[in-house]
Amino acid sequence: MSSRERILGRVRRALADTPGDDTPIERAYLREHGDRGVEETVELLAENLADYRAIVHRCTSADLPATLAGMLAARGAKTVLVPPGLDPAWLADADTEQVQDLAESTPHELDRIDSVVTACAVAVAETGTIVLDGGPDQGRRRITLVPDHHVCVVRVPNQVVSSVPQALERLDPVRPLTWISGPSATSDIELDRVEGVHGPRTLEVVLVDSQASEDVNS
Amino acid sequence: MSGTYLGMPAFPEAAHEAVGNKTLRGNLRHATHTIRAKRANAVAEVSDWAELREAGKQIKDHTLRHLDRYLVQLEESVIAAGGTVHWAADADEANAIVTHLVKMTGESEVVKVKSMATQEIGLNEALEAEGIRAYETDLAELIVQLGKDRPSHILVPAIHRNRGEIRDIFEREMSEWGRPAPEGLTDTPAELAEAARLHLREKFLRAKVGISGANFMVADTGTLVVVESEGNGRMCLTLPETLISVVGIEKIVPTWQDLEVFLQTLPRSSTAERMNPYTSTWTGTTDEDGPQNFHLVLLDNGRSDTLADEVGRQALRCIRCSACLNVCPVYERAGGHAYGSVYPGPIGAILSPQLRGTASEIDASLPYASSLCGACYEVCPVAIDIPEVLVHLRERVVQGGPVVREGNKVVLKPAKGHAAERAAMRAARWAFSHPGVLRTGQRAASRTRRVHPRTLPGPGKAWSGTRDLPAVPAEPFRDWWQRTGGGKEGTK
Repeated sequence: MSSRERILGRVRRALADTPGDDTPIERAYLREHGDRGVEETVELLAENLADYRAIVHRCTSADLPATLAGMLAARGAKTVLVPPGLDPAWLADADTEQVQDLAESTPHELDRIDSVVTACAVAVAETGTIVLDGGPDQGRRRITLVPDHHVCVVRVPNQVVSSVPQALERLDPVRPLTWISGPSATSDIELDRVEGVHGPRTLEVVLVDSQASEDVNS
Repeated sequence: MSGTYLGMPAFPEAAHEAVGNKTLRGNLRHATHTIRAKRANAVAEVSDWAELREAGKQIKDHTLRHLDRYLVQLEESVIAAGGTVHWAADADEANAIVTHLVKMTGESEVVKVKSMATQEIGLNEALEAEGIRAYETDLAELIVQLGKDRPSHILVPAIHRNRGEIRDIFEREMSEWGRPAPEGLTDTPAELAEAARLHLREKFLRAKVGISGANFMVADTGTLVVVESEGNGRMCLTLPETLISVVGIEKIVPTWQDLEVFLQTLPRSSTAERMNPYTSTWTGTTDEDGPQNFHLVLLDNGRSDTLADEVGRQALRCIRCSACLNVCPVYERAGGHAYGSVYPGPIGAILSPQLRGTASEIDASLPYASSLCGACYEVCPVAIDIPEVLVHLRERVVQGGPVVREGNKVVLKPAKGHAAERAAMRAARWAFSHPGVLRTGQRAASRTRRVHPRTLPGPGKAWSGTRDLPAVPAEPFRDWWQRTGGGKEGTK
């Protein structure tokens, strides 16, 4: 008998006493917490991001290139990693040398790059979370992991949802997802939170006001 | 489970030694009290906590009730997404599968994400025996590994170490394993975290094989989920070419939507955060992004036996948040090592004796490692009634009875250590069901009360060593009742 058959057999025998049919799961919990307008939701996102030590900026889409250029200059970044589908206009003002992510770039090469700029798939206000789904403007998972400085652009309000349940509804499980809430941290020394371990130690989030666009759905 | 803990003394002995260690007690008190207050705040932030808890319980119960079906569905989904699925009935089989998979890659080192399942099966030791070095990359696991120590907490395995001890371990041991600790390392947590970052970086960047567990597996999509803080998980899950995940069969949730409950309750319960810094989800393999070879090893190792116990099976709802450890007065004083298992604290006291059986001294003593205060049940995000299971397991230890071990029904003998207790209970039952005997006994006891000893002789000595024996009244209650007509004719 294979282990598969053995385990499934054990499980079935263990469950012999249980009724086959059951009542549906009671989902009496909330879809979101509180009653907020669009702008309040964006403000909550900014507040919760900052609470977990992300640096938050807000600007209009017209100001985005200047904002990003200023952030990279302030950081002193000499090189910035760019996902393949990032809007070229975003970094048009930056003096920083742009490095394209290539399939053959090794982790060691990525480690020598100062910063990375990406978009995101969705952001969750209640938890201060940004979610990347590997889309063309976000790139492979490793590019937002190895460099020590991650700049993530969130289009508000379109990409912002209130809650975790709403975020899961928007996301495609087939894509590899990375949920990020603040820079890397640890509670392993005396159960007290310290920022900055293996992931980027600095996380900057730019909330860019997209024009009252046609695909507003939040 | 792992042989690492075989030969552990029973809980009372191990705990007795631990409570005498002042540093340990100070470290644990500081850490558990810090997290307790924070957790309470994080939970108070969500008004629907009770509903989330109830839904989490129901989702897990539903999954367990149809576990065979969901396991098959998960297997199909993972294979369809490009992964390979292996089944391991016990620890030895899981270790053999992983060792073989690593050898196939030609590599002799692996990087590991913190994983309770691989701790449980003793994977690192099994790999070491085959010449493969496993590097733990979670900060607390690193502290335990470098210190040649054992884990003492589910979430923070090095909770028994304070910053000064951690600094000393780093300074002494890091050079043995790779990059030495920076010169002049102090004990500030930020500097210690930085030292770990530098030490592990070279290992992450060159790693070809990563090994992980998973917090959740989604049956209908084949998605695995790892919840973490430091980014070591992301490193291990995305940089290597091969990823091997060893996951207990009870970690399944049926649907993608079910994650909406646990991604809210787990971070608040474990690290008291609205959300942990990083959560990774992956479904099989993705072209040009992350490992191109993905193996899932589904681990039984006593879980199906636990599932066969009507009362005890609720322990399989556990999502390993460790909130129960942090509130437990016994854990706070005895520390994690006394539990003789990778699963310490209240959840360990019901999980270990079920996964491993109650044959060993330590496992038979674990259901007693509790004052039954119920704080663990209060904070459990999937509402495991730990006191109920503790009492159930005590009964099993004392009275024996039918259980399932390795898929077979066996009848446990009553534990030897409880023979006197059982004899006393049998005598009491006989006396209480024979009124004449009871009356004679009670009168005899009253008449001889002046010569009763303060402590019990023989096997009862240990029991009365920490308790006062109740004083026998001058007159039995029933005699008094009869004489006074229930007190109507005045007292005495």
